[in-house]
Amino acid sequence: MKTLLRPAVSLFVLLTVVTGIVYPLTVTGIAKFAFPNATEGSLIVKDGKAVGSRLIGQNFTDPKYFWGRPSATGPMPYNASGSGGSNQGPLSPALSDAVKGRIEALKAADPDNKLPIPADLVNASASGLDPHISPEAAAYQVARVASLRHLPPADLKVLVSQHTEGRQWGVLGEPRVNVLQLNIALDALR
Amino acid sequence: MSNHAWLLLGLFLIVLLLTVKPLGTYIANVMEGRFRLAGKIENPLYRLCGIRPDDEMGWLKYAFAILLFNALGALVVYALQRLQADLPINPQAFANVSPDSAFNTAISFATNTNWQGYGGEVTMSYLTQMLGLAVQNFLSAATGIAVVIALIRGFARNTARSIGNAWVDLCRITLYVLLPLAIICAVVLTSQGVIQNFDAYKEVRTLEVTSFETPKLDEAGQPLKDEQGAVITEPAQTQSQTLAMGPVASQEAIKMLGTNGGGFMNANSAHPYENPTPLSNFIQMLSIFLIPAALCFTFGRLVGDTRQGWAVLAAMSLMFVTLAYAAMHFEQQANPLLTQLGVDPSAGNMEGKETRFGIAESGLFATITTLASCGAVNAMHDSFTPLGGLVPLLDMQLGEVVFGGVGTGLYGMLVFAIMAVFIAGLMIGRTPEYLGKKIEAFEMKMVSIAILVTPLLVLVGTAIAVMLADGRAGVANPGAHGFSEILYAFTSAANNNGSAFAGLSANTPFYNVMLGVAMWFGRFGVIVPVLAIAGSLAAKKRIAVGAGTLPTHGPLFVTLLIGTVLLVGLLNYVPALALGPVIEHLVLWAGQ
Repeated sequence: MKTLLRPAVSLFVLLTVVTGIVYPLTVTGIAKFAFPNATEGSLIVKDGKAVGSRLIGQNFTDPKYFWGRPSATGPMPYNASGSGGSNQGPLSPALSDAVKGRIEALKAADPDNKLPIPADLVNASASGLDPHISPEAAAYQVARVASLRHLPPADLKVLVSQHTEGRQWGVLGEPRVNVLQLNIALDALR
Repeated sequence: MSNHAWLLLGLFLIVLLLTVKPLGTYIANVMEGRFRLAGKIENPLYRLCGIRPDDEMGWLKYAFAILLFNALGALVVYALQRLQADLPINPQAFANVSPDSAFNTAISFATNTNWQGYGGEVTMSYLTQMLGLAVQNFLSAATGIAVVIALIRGFARNTARSIGNAWVDLCRITLYVLLPLAIICAVVLTSQGVIQNFDAYKEVRTLEVTSFETPKLDEAGQPLKDEQGAVITEPAQTQSQTLAMGPVASQEAIKMLGTNGGGFMNANSAHPYENPTPLSNFIQMLSIFLIPAALCFTFGRLVGDTRQGWAVLAAMSLMFVTLAYAAMHFEQQANPLLTQLGVDPSAGNMEGKETRFGIAESGLFATITTLASCGAVNAMHDSFTPLGGLVPLLDMQLGEVVFGGVGTGLYGMLVFAIMAVFIAGLMIGRTPEYLGKKIEAFEMKMVSIAILVTPLLVLVGTAIAVMLADGRAGVANPGAHGFSEILYAFTSAANNNGSAFAGLSANTPFYNVMLGVAMWFGRFGVIVPVLAIAGSLAAKKRIAVGAGTLPTHGPLFVTLLIGTVLLVGLLNYVPALALGPVIEHLVLWAGQ
């Protein structure tokens, strides 16, 4: 036992220095040099001020904006320093009630909309910070945003398609629309 | 299953299999000391540490070394958490972690489980994350690989009294295998947007004002409650968003490569700063299976017959494809209760999933992370459909041997292989042998312990938790799903996976202690018997293949091996699964 103690402690200290200090600093050095914006959080800067991150969604409830995924973070939705999902199971009454409420909000903002309700627009995301919605969820909201902003729906559809990303490399992930970037572009239209 | 899902699964499998031979060969060379620079790097280190590299260890000494090294790791992680308020690199000024939570997390990371009762970005200082948690990500992974290499030496050596030097093994795996892979992986992840900095959290001004309800606090800062015990809230407004920061990429890379799975952030790999794009997601999935798959080839190479390694890999791959199909298929089914409300069912079950990953990427990730004892998640398993959630549960209950953790998966599978040749030996009435080593009473006793210790911890732990008020108090969802949450927690802890049905409030003294115990014995209750098998096999003569030897590289053996894994897993867990996900499925679809 005694013969094991010195190697154990000294090897532990040594590997701790290598993997706990040298390693993260090396990665920081290389990454900051190669991808400075990404390492800092992919911030969107407008007039010298950070207005958000390309990767982190924001809460939208104003019918003049496109709405993003429902967020289950607390105490406020889209709390970017406290990520998490709803963790509601499929049979949970809380889930059904929440979805019912979200459907009512969508209908109240746009009573004439007869399109099927996209699932991602009424189900909370895993992180509570999802920056994207599906192209279907964007299309569902085009008529509403167009009429409230007095814009031709065709123009808005073009704007949405400009902000739609396809599958990465054609095979990975799902097609998606970045809600914050779309809404910033929307404000810039006026 | 959609075309996209098939394509993704196929692409993943092809890329993975292409890496097996080169990486497996490299690991074999490193472990045999044939790495060219090794002497120059290692010899000064060994002198410094008082290690005599030629001093080979018997199994008992090897086991003591491993236990001591990991106990030391747990102690340091515990200390860092308990003292972090007074230590540097803590820009958010997080308080010291409570004793029970720190105990749980220390064991969790030392055992490669990475179960997380805490939320990373609201609890842990950057120092604790990088110097405590990330270091254990390396060292617990190195431990798993060292143990399987020791077991392989048991098969490969002829009448030997030793199974290697634990210090040399740990050192080589960390420096030459894990570290270079992690650096490459981390830098590639930052190219996709994973953050890597030591800044304080950043405030941004949002486009819209957010109105919300916040708990009303008393003078001591505790939330006020009404007569029913519900928290009293008051309305509040904000136009700022605080973005959590940190050295995420460096931790993310080793979290995947070491099949650890402990997220820097609470939402783990669902968080856009941990896993921003479908490509980063693909890289993460690949890095989970990378080393477990390559080790199969290393095994074949070191025992002198690569067909043996391919056979084990074939058994793993067949089970993986089947389970991945099941997970993606069941998640493509929409929740019928929501369809009734008017939600479009074509997108599948999107609760707790990220838009960029959708059903296919989420289902595949869930299968990989639970088969591989990784436990990172990119979707919330608690919100999966009943049968979609059964798959990750079953993945873990198979004993984390289908790819499994780094090292742990392969030694678990080899334990099952010994079991399989034993069963075959009983059927034809011959002394069972595997890779030229006779399997006798001592090996079978150790195999039995290694196979039975986790089901025992899972089932007894779950039974205790559902009987006690402290156990039931943590449940978030009513009915059968609540039982599944508890079963999932013990399954995950004892099998050293670390994923969760995260609705369960597990950061309580009861769960922190119970799950901490399950993790420790689930890990070392297997490692010690496996090393005992290694020592016993090493001492035996390697006998030549005879006419009566069961070939262990053909389709017959692959089938036998899969059958053994399924038989043991299902016999242990079918009753418990019936009480949880199966009942939930029947209730959900009743009357549809």
